[in-house]
Order: sequence, then structure tokens, then C-alpha cells
Amino acid sequence: MRMFSAIVSSAILAAGFAGAGPAVADDSIKIGEISSYSAIPAFTEPYRKGWQLALDEINAAGGVDGKKLEVISKDDSGKPADAVTAANELVASDGVAMLAGTFFSNIGLAVSDYANQKKILFLAAEPLTDAITLSKGNRYTFRLRPGTYEQAAMLADEAAKLPAKKWATIAPNYEYGQSAVAAFKKLLSAKRPDVEWVGEQWPPQGKIDAGAVAEAIAKTEPDAIFNVTFGADLVKLVREGATRGLFKDRAVVSLLAGEPEYLDPLKDEAPEGWIVTGYPWNAVSIPDHAAFLKAYEAKYNDYPRLGSVVGYAMLKSAAAILGKADSADSEKLVDAAEGIGVETPFGPITFRAIDHQSTLGAFVGKTALKDGKGVMVDVAYHDGAPYLPSDAEVKAQRPQN
Amino acid sequence: MSFYFVQFVTGLSSACSLFLVASGLSIIFGVTRVVNFAHGAFYMLGAYIGYTLTDRLSGVVGFWGAIALGALAVAAIGTLIEMLLLRRIYDAPELFQLLATFGVTLVVEDLVLLIWGPSELLGPRAPGFTGAIDLFGQPFPTYDLLLIALAPLVLAFLWLLFRRTTWGVLVRAATQDREMVAALGVNQKWLFTSVFALGVFLAGLGGALELPREAANHTMDLQVITEALVVVVIGGLGSVPGTFLAAIIVSELNAFGILVFPKISIVLVFLVMAIVLIVRPWGLLGRAEAAARAASGMVLSRWRPLRAEGRLFAVLALAVAALLPLVAGSYLVGVATEVLIFMLYAASLHFLLAGGGLASFGHAAYFGLGSYGAAIALKACGLGMETAIVAGTVLGLVGALVFGWFCVRLSGVYFAMLTLAFAQIAWSIAYQWTDVTGGDNGIIGVWPSAWAASPARFYWLTLALSAGGIALLRAITFSPFGYALRALRDSTLRAETIGIERRRVQWMGFVIAGAFAALAGALYAFLKGSVFPDNISISLSIDGLVMVLLGGVGTVSGGIVGAAIYRSLSIWVISHTDYSKLVLGALIVLLVVLFPKGLVGAFEAWRSVRTLAGLHRQNP
Repeated sequence: MRMFSAIVSSAILAAGFAGAGPAVADDSIKIGEISSYSAIPAFTEPYRKGWQLALDEINAAGGVDGKKLEVISKDDSGKPADAVTAANELVASDGVAMLAGTFFSNIGLAVSDYANQKKILFLAAEPLTDAITLSKGNRYTFRLRPGTYEQAAMLADEAAKLPAKKWATIAPNYEYGQSAVAAFKKLLSAKRPDVEWVGEQWPPQGKIDAGAVAEAIAKTEPDAIFNVTFGADLVKLVREGATRGLFKDRAVVSLLAGEPEYLDPLKDEAPEGWIVTGYPWNAVSIPDHAAFLKAYEAKYNDYPRLGSVVGYAMLKSAAAILGKADSADSEKLVDAAEGIGVETPFGPITFRAIDHQSTLGAFVGKTALKDGKGVMVDVAYHDGAPYLPSDAEVKAQRPQN
Repeated sequence: MSFYFVQFVTGLSSACSLFLVASGLSIIFGVTRVVNFAHGAFYMLGAYIGYTLTDRLSGVVGFWGAIALGALAVAAIGTLIEMLLLRRIYDAPELFQLLATFGVTLVVEDLVLLIWGPSELLGPRAPGFTGAIDLFGQPFPTYDLLLIALAPLVLAFLWLLFRRTTWGVLVRAATQDREMVAALGVNQKWLFTSVFALGVFLAGLGGALELPREAANHTMDLQVITEALVVVVIGGLGSVPGTFLAAIIVSELNAFGILVFPKISIVLVFLVMAIVLIVRPWGLLGRAEAAARAASGMVLSRWRPLRAEGRLFAVLALAVAALLPLVAGSYLVGVATEVLIFMLYAASLHFLLAGGGLASFGHAAYFGLGSYGAAIALKACGLGMETAIVAGTVLGLVGALVFGWFCVRLSGVYFAMLTLAFAQIAWSIAYQWTDVTGGDNGIIGVWPSAWAASPARFYWLTLALSAGGIALLRAITFSPFGYALRALRDSTLRAETIGIERRRVQWMGFVIAGAFAALAGALYAFLKGSVFPDNISISLSIDGLVMVLLGGVGTVSGGIVGAAIYRSLSIWVISHTDYSKLVLGALIVLLVVLFPKGLVGAFEAWRSVRTLAGLHRQNP
């Protein structure tokens, strides 16, 4: 009887799954989109708004090759295995032409490997890991955002100009933190052989014991600090560090801290004078950005975050690839995507054929307080191209097939 | 020298904020025996409600009023949940309440997101405690000093409450022997409710008091719950001073540990817990648990192997399942494969939990070892899929052999927490040992051999191995070994008296369960094509418990039904809504209230009532 009830219940559920497939519209091109909506909404909500805006614009302009573009969006609940399930549903059940999205590096890698196995194009939007285009790169995967190495390199350039000789690092204890610190150390030491690395702290992501970490770093008496923590950890570190005088008379270089997603929650306690990568949405002078900003504010009555730009640029890239290939065949899509140029709010970008990395760049600037809010000043946009690895480096690291 | 003093005081302030949360958990567990998984959710609610109130009320009175009101509001919510939900299921099998509070946690997580939005919310600093004072030449936050003063006050208050009031005496009596207190005419209902309210108040207070230190964010709950649970267990269950001591030890070890090993934080608390439990099986200040009065209500009816009718159904079910790929598309086949894998995983935990009475909170360790063993054998050693699956299973078996040897020395919740500690240690190894495991970027490219590559073929392979595994587990359950295991579950004393060696039998049971979980994990690696530390995560261990409890602990194989339903549901819900936690959590709460014996348990109870009614009709 136990078995019987199992059969009945699974039959019911199976019926549910079978009936769940959306109605197929022949006159549309479908893109399967996956991201960590429930796990990290602070970033993925603006990101969703970004791609929805792009979708509206594309369809209002007649779609791609006269066909409407349709995005089927799935949540991966922050787990690689669930992302693979979602990818499988999108590909096998919904029949999407390509996959796009993902936030966390490990999820990006899992989906990229799935894409490689199933031979379907995957446009990774957010994952920062360098592995996705280099050591674990594959023919079917492209990546939009500048990776960890690029952003660390931009900051290392600025850091080299500082007089500081003794450096300490604080980074979350996982691949992103580790590769950011490794890249920053390597690049800064190359530019400034006189630099000395006096201390390092590796708090677990999301669980920083900020007081103890701040004291441990202060004890090593560095001239400057390289910080990679973000989100809730960054807030704790800034509060404890400020009260304990950790940042007093010390230069701080901090990855991602200038992104509105991470800077805004700090309100009037946002640190001043930190050198950061980020997105100063109200101080961008790129012409394409003005149109984007206007459209975004008109649609959502809110200002864009970096995630919004990434989502927007991702869908514009996807549409450009689909339009150029004029086919839903994966091989043709990949051929079309290699070397394709796309207009984004940060100006034109190219997806390099050699490693499938886009040349999208990042803003580097200093944090400051204005009207009780953290902002970025002395901002400069760094195009990604000069910071990308050379052809020889790519050939050495990326599997060649 | 002054640095070490400041670092010590810094550790002390972390200890105090940890103690505030953990003390509530300790009190609740001590009296009601409920492992209140929702404690972290209440902590988070305290922070969010506190944020909203501090935003509205200003000034010194406003700020502290907001903190107190926030904690009270959370206590009110907790009281409501206790009265509406937990009261109905105190008589359910042990741990069933864990399922209910897990459901509540899921619901709260999504509600917080809906009410307060996705961004982190930075509250004001405490008026009068915004700056730092000079401590031996180093600036030290005054707010941290306040916390250091507050925690001993709370400890003293709790001590007086428990030692010097009638209520406290009753609570302590209930901690020692619930049934005796009830027999003496004490209204247990309100005793439990008041204890739960006090515990939840402390959680809410702990959360609200964190506001001047960190932004309210919606991962606070899970950050705090494991750590609080660990501290409670290290200190000894139900011992509030023990919790205080444990909080200080853990926090100080962390404060000084990071000076020598900057990467130690990620695993430190679990290492400490494992060591403490191995040396002191009941925690630092805990006492041996009194032998459970009886496992009454645990087993609904005598366990029997399937009779002809049941076997026929099993064969039919297998036949139907085998035909699935002929009618279903490859996505559905993929989902069905995943469900089958989780049925095997749940069956292995069910064998241990229902058959052996051993609740493992870290069963994912063996699932994950299976995954990693298979992936490493395939990628690093270049073995084929078939050998890799065997290798994964063997690695899980060896892991269970080693960890199990320590675990079976303990019992009850201490056993559960030691399994959790080992699982977290295994997790942190997978997370940190980048050269072998790839760290959090995992191992990718773990795809099946060509002959099993199509979804249908891999499904059939999984079906054969899962069904075979489940059948084998059932066969073991009804073998003499299975009877010995159940005898130990029902009465350790009697079983040992008739010559059953507890540790050896339970150890073997642990290893068998671990090996089958590892087989499931190895199959999972090939289904997903990749392996990540997620495969060893606490959430996977909890998922296993949810599946078994949902199916029914009192049944022979309820776990597989629980797995089929829970896994299919969660895949379906995640695919169709962004608020999957809200839906799943609400469903779990509903099922818990409707079927306190589990789904299969309820079905069996209904059937036996019907059979009895039939007998009555025949013999008027």
C-alpha cells in the first residue's frame, strides 16, 4: 500500500510537471534566464529590472528579425544543482535558443559546463570568476562582466600610485576573495617591488567577526588595506573599523564597494576616500548612459544599480547575437557571438573571440559623502580591454579545442 | 600586551551577543525538547522590527524603547506560533517539531523579503554609545562594553528566575521529568508557552541589539542558528551557565585563532564542538539525559516485511517507473532521476533514524563524500563512470566508518550534533582544499559514460541502483541485524541485557546508512555533471530530515514517500515562483498540523482503523 500511495502521488506530480509547460508561441524567440533571485535579491532585483527594460525596448522596436523576444526566467535559489535543473527545464522542456544570467561564480561554472555538454550558448552575466573564461572556459560560454582579475588590476594601478608600502588584506574566505587577493598582490608587487604584505584576514562570507578582524589587522600596522568583503560583512567591517580607528590615516582600496548595491546601505556612515570599483550612476558622462538612465527612471521611478546595467547589457547582447546569427542553431550562435560588438550604457563593447570575455569595463573612483549618502568622486571609466589577458596568456590557460 | 587585552575584550563582546541568542534556544530546548530551528528567524525578526521602530522613534528613550518593543513583538509572534502550531504536535515523535520550526523559518525568510525589501537596512547607532573609549591606548567601542555588561545581567536574571521563583522551580522540574510534572497537576501548556515566549524574547532582543553593530539583512537567521545551536550543545543542553561559558570559549578561540590561522573561523566552532563532545559527551556543564520514559507513540504498528499484496505493488510501481522515459520528455525524466536519487538518500537516513533511532543532523556528509569521491575518481584519477560510482560509495563508507565510530558513543541530540560537526568539518575541507576539490568552484565536467549519457538511460541506471538500494535497506531492516538495531532503539537497557552490543551494532547501522547515502551522492554528481560543497551542506542534511519526518518516522519506509513528494514539490515550486520558500514553508507547516505522524504514518493509521472497524463489523 505504501508503494501504491507513492505511485499515485508521483503520478499526480508528474501530471503537474507535464502540464506545466508554457504554451509555445511560434513567432517568438525564447531566451532562458537563470539567476539567484531568492538568494541575493539586493543584486538580482535591479538586475531583473534591467533586462526587463531592455526586453521592452527590443520588442517595441520590432523584436529580433521580426520575431518577438521572450525571456523565461528561473530562480536557482543560490544552488548550483538547482541551477542545472532549471537549465535543463529551459533547454529540454521550454526549447530556449540560448541560456543567460547567473550570479554566483560556482553557479555560473555549473551552467557553463551544462551548456558545453548540451551544446547550447550560455551568456554568463554576473559571475566574476576568471575560471569561466580561462581555465574552465568552453566554446559555448561567454561572459559579460569584467572578471575578478580585471577589477583587481584596475585597483592595483591606482594602489601603485599611493605612497603606502605595508599592505594588509581582508577578503571573504572563498574563491572570489582568494583570487582577488592573489591577483592584487601579484600585480601590485610587480609594479611596486618595495611593497610588503604584512597581514591578511579571511573571515567566512556573511559571518565576519568584525571587531576581532579589525583589531587583528590593526595589529599588523599596515599603511594601507585591500578589502574584498562586501554586503552585510562590509557594513559590519566599516562600523567596527570606524569606531576602532582602523581606517584612520590609512589608505583603503576596496573591490566592488562603490556599487550602489553595497555603498547605499551604509548611508551617512559610508567611508570617505576609499579607492573603489563601482557604478556612480548619477555621475556617468557616457552618452549612451543618459538614455538608459532616463528610460530606467521613467519605467521604475528608481535609480539603476550596477545590476540593472548588467541585466540591460546582457539582454542587448543576447538580442545582438540572435540577430546576427539569424538562426537558433547553437553553432551559428556561437560563431556569431565571437567578436560581436554591442552597444551598452557604458558604450560599445566586444565579446573577444579568443576567450569569450566582453570588454565591458568598470568605474574606478573614490568614495565620498554627499548629502548624507555615499557617492563616488574622481570617477574614471576603465574600458575592460587593456586589462584582459594577452592572447599568449589565454592560450596558456584556456583549454584549446 | 595591551593588544591582547583589547582582543580579549573584543572576543568577550562577541561572546555576549552570541549568548543572548543562544540562551533562549537553550531554555526552550531544556524544557520543551524542541530543537527550535526558527530561533534564527526570530532573531532576524527582532532586528527588522527593531529597525522599523528605531526608524520611527527617536531619542534615547525612543531607541531603547524600540529595542524593547521589538523584542516584545517578536515574543508575541513566537507565543502565537507556539499556541497555534507547536502545541498541536508536542506528542508527535521526537524531532517532528524541528520540521514545523523549519517550515516557519522558510516562511519568515520570504515574509521579511516581502515586507522589508531586499536591501540591507542600517539602523542608527545606540544614543550615548556611538563612539569609543580609550582602552590601554586602543580605541574600543563603548557599545561593545555595554553588551559585555548586559550579558551577565541576563545570565543573573535567568538564574534568579529559575532558582528563586515558583515558576522557575516548575520549569526545572519539567526539564528533568515532564510527565511527572504533568502528573502532579501542573498546567504544562502554559508552562511551555511561557518558556517558549521567554526564549523567543531573548532571540528577538539579541537580534534588535545587533542593530548598532550590523545592518539587518535576510541571511542573519541562518548565520546565527547553527552557531547558537553549537554553543548550546557545547555548554550542555538546558544549562544556561554552560551556554555562557561555551559562548566565551568559542568567541575567544576565534578572536585569538585568527591571529595564527586567519582562515580558521569557517570551521572553528564545529571543531570545538567535536572535541568537546568526544571528551565530554554531555557538553561542558550538561548532565546525562535521563533515560527516555518509553518510545511510546513512536511506532504505530509492528513492522512487517511486505506481504504478497505489497510485493505486487512494489513490482508494479517499478514497472510503471521503468516505462516513464517512453512517455515523458527529457526534462521530466531528469526530474524523476533526481527524485529517485533523493528517495535513496532519504531511505538511507530513514534506516538510521527510524530503524536505529539515531537522528543524524549531518547525513549530507556521506552524500557529499559520495559525490566528491566519484568526481575525483573520474576527473583526477581518470577512472570510468562505473568505477567512479563505486569509488564514491567506498569513500562515503570509509567516512561513515571513521565519523560513526565517534558518533555512536553519544546519544540523542548530542549524537545529532556530533554528526553535524563532522559534516561541517567535511564541508569545510571540501570548501578549502582547492587543489583537490576545487573549493567552492567545485568540480565540473562529471558526466556519465557514453552508454548511460542519454537522460533515459541514466534514469534506468538510477532506477536500478536506487530501487536495489532501497530493497537492500529493507532486507537489512528485517534481518537479524535490523532487529538488533531496533531493539536498541526501543530499549537500550533491555537490548544490552540480552547480549546485543550497542556500539558495534549502531556503528554498523551508521556505516550502512552512510554507504547508501554515498551511492546516492555519486549518482547525483553524474546527474548534475558537477560537484560543489553544497552537496555536503547543512541545508542538504536538513532536507534529508524533512523528507524522513514528512514521510513518517514510525514507518518502515515512509522516507521514500516523503522524499518523492518533497523533492518533486520543491523543484516544481522553485521553477514556478520566486517565493518558493514561502510556499514550501507554508506547505510544511500545513502538513505537520494535518499529519503529525507523517504522511505514510497517517495513511497507515487510517488503514488500521479501517481494518479494526471491519473486524468489529464481522464480530458484532
